[in-house]
Amino acid sequence: MSNSNTATAESQQEWKLPSAPKVGMICLIVMETALFTIFVVAYLYYIGKSLNGPFPKDLLEAPIIASICLLSSSGTVIMAERAFKRKDKAKFRLFWGITWLLGATFIALTAVEWKGLLENGLAIDTNLFGSTYYPLVGLHATHVIIGLFLLALIFILSITNHLPFEHVIPMEMISWYWHFVDAIWIVVFTVVYIIGVY
Amino acid sequence: METPDSIQLEAVKRSKGLEWLMTVDHKRLGVMYICSGLFFFVVAGIMASLIRIQLAVPQNDFLPPDTFNRMFTMHGTSMVFLVGMPIIAGMANFLVPLMVGTRDMALPRLNAFGFWIFLFGGCLLYYSYIGGPGLYGAGSAPDVGWFAYAPLTSKAFSRGHTVDYWALSLILTGIGSLATAANIIVTVFCLRCKGMTMFRLPLFVWMMLVTAFLMVLALPPLSAAQIMLLLDRFLGAGFFDTQEGGSAVIWQHFFWIFGHPEVYILIMPGFAVASEVIPVFSRKPIFGYPVMVAASIMITFISLGVWAHHMFTVGMTSVANVFFATSTLLIAIPTGIKIFNWLGTMWGGKIRFATPMLFCMGFLFQFLASGLTGVMLAIVPFDWQLSDSYFVVAHFHYVLVGGLLFTIFAAIYYWYPKVTGRMLSEKIGKMHFWIFVLGFNMTFGVQHILGILGMPRRIYTYDTDRGWDLWNMISSIGVIFQGIAILLFIYNILSSLRKGKEAGPDPWDAWTLEWATSSPPPSYNFAKLPEVKSRRPLWDEKHPDDPDWRHE
Repeated sequence: MSNSNTATAESQQEWKLPSAPKVGMICLIVMETALFTIFVVAYLYYIGKSLNGPFPKDLLEAPIIASICLLSSSGTVIMAERAFKRKDKAKFRLFWGITWLLGATFIALTAVEWKGLLENGLAIDTNLFGSTYYPLVGLHATHVIIGLFLLALIFILSITNHLPFEHVIPMEMISWYWHFVDAIWIVVFTVVYIIGVY
Repeated sequence: METPDSIQLEAVKRSKGLEWLMTVDHKRLGVMYICSGLFFFVVAGIMASLIRIQLAVPQNDFLPPDTFNRMFTMHGTSMVFLVGMPIIAGMANFLVPLMVGTRDMALPRLNAFGFWIFLFGGCLLYYSYIGGPGLYGAGSAPDVGWFAYAPLTSKAFSRGHTVDYWALSLILTGIGSLATAANIIVTVFCLRCKGMTMFRLPLFVWMMLVTAFLMVLALPPLSAAQIMLLLDRFLGAGFFDTQEGGSAVIWQHFFWIFGHPEVYILIMPGFAVASEVIPVFSRKPIFGYPVMVAASIMITFISLGVWAHHMFTVGMTSVANVFFATSTLLIAIPTGIKIFNWLGTMWGGKIRFATPMLFCMGFLFQFLASGLTGVMLAIVPFDWQLSDSYFVVAHFHYVLVGGLLFTIFAAIYYWYPKVTGRMLSEKIGKMHFWIFVLGFNMTFGVQHILGILGMPRRIYTYDTDRGWDLWNMISSIGVIFQGIAILLFIYNILSSLRKGKEAGPDPWDAWTLEWATSSPPPSYNFAKLPEVKSRRPLWDEKHPDDPDWRHE
């Protein structure tokens, strides 16, 4: 009766399944990646196809400071995560707050950049460059803004002592999302400010 | 606590309509999805009948030309997005949690959100009809074809808000489908009952899972393209505007990057149903389970790389044509494997010719026909001859009606007892089947001939000297049979709700977990969560002397 023995052995084993929020988040990230892909492809396809100026090399300056802010915020969010898991509330708030500030700086710098572009006569209906630039960079900025709301929510819950430090998952999911937004920025930066200009 | 508030709350809770409106139960949402899908099916079917009446005789003026354009656009859009997708979502919603042995979908509130936003999107699409022409925004149903090719959709060629309605409502239904897809994936991975390993999942669940992956990958590109279209129309961007250097062809690429996988999103659930029904009514376990799974995954991957076979006549390079022709032909391999596996399941089985089985057998024949014409159309020179002719119309109706709709009928006959606790009438069911098979093949079979005779799709009327009269007449008469069959079907559904034979938990003597609970299942599905040891848990239960897990 070896078969029935293996069957009982199996029923005694622990039944482990992946965590639902994590799988759900991965789904969301895959969908968002698919969405971004089309915008990136459109941008790449239309590089140099504008019929009239202004052209990317006339206007675009690589947003070095903004990029440093956004990319380093991935590091601070990891530090915050570690502090959270150690239940070190003060350190968590510090690093989470810095993450938010870095993200907000990024958005502020984007706003300044857009203001400059608009003043230099580049709007969405000016030419193909404008048509593809604003939707792609804007889509990314929208994701940053959503991320900022989520970060702020956790931060407020934490300073008002409403954040349960036993539940790692919600905080972890937001940090996953934040990493995703950062990763997308690397693609957008490469496409818009490096490939697009040279 | 008997405060006035809590009493009032109780009264609200007891009101039945509200209970349905506010539900997050996967079974109710599933039923609501299927019912709204069937509602839109009737609406879009009426439009199809009007189209066929217009084309029945040459030089007909039954419909004005612009109304005709609206009819075929709304018919196509509705059938794909408001009939196929919600019925699939409904089947998955109802069955997947039951089949994997759990109490609900993983994200029940997201599930309810998905349903309501789908319904809102559907209503928004039909809202475009309300009001007379000239009223701001209304009275201008989309008339650009269901794939809305640029530059027809630009402001210059589509005034008013026809295209805006099309894009906005499809973005909304797309969000709903994405919510469902994510829900299916999370449910299957994270909520399986004890012992339900990935390779013990019913094939239905496997194929719904694969479909969900395909939705996750293919629907966002459509939304992206539609966002670009709206930017073009509202903010003056130039994505698809050739006057600004934009490209009309890139719309076709973006649309078909979604549009081709969409065909597999629609047909894979058909495969899913056939893979459950055929074994049960052949009294044999499915032949080649792992191969079926592998073939489904193969189809998913290949289908993502074949989109431009819709664009052979656009004038791509011959390298691109060869690539897309080859990848399209490759799809025939896993699909062929599936057909052989279903035949292998029936081979030597004790076949019961109940209505669900009849529909699945009809599906096998008609889907084979559609596959063969698909292979023909994948050959580039052949496609150059027959692209945008009625041959293509016939081909995809054989896929979507002969493939998907037949299995949807099979699914409804098969699972109706589980949903309602009562059987559908077998007698009416068989009449429905035979009349529908006759009508369907009459309508669409002769359209192959019409295509070869050179009749282009979407024309509003034609002259008598083309030799198309007889075939068009036959095609239109077929619609009458289809209509009668659908009326029988609706009558069957409604009358069996009251008068149908009591079903009991397992009327078909089936093997998967949904039959282990009562019909209709209680809101918590299973009193005690099941534990499985093989692919056919109910077989194990019914035959303790020879359970499946001894042989696995």
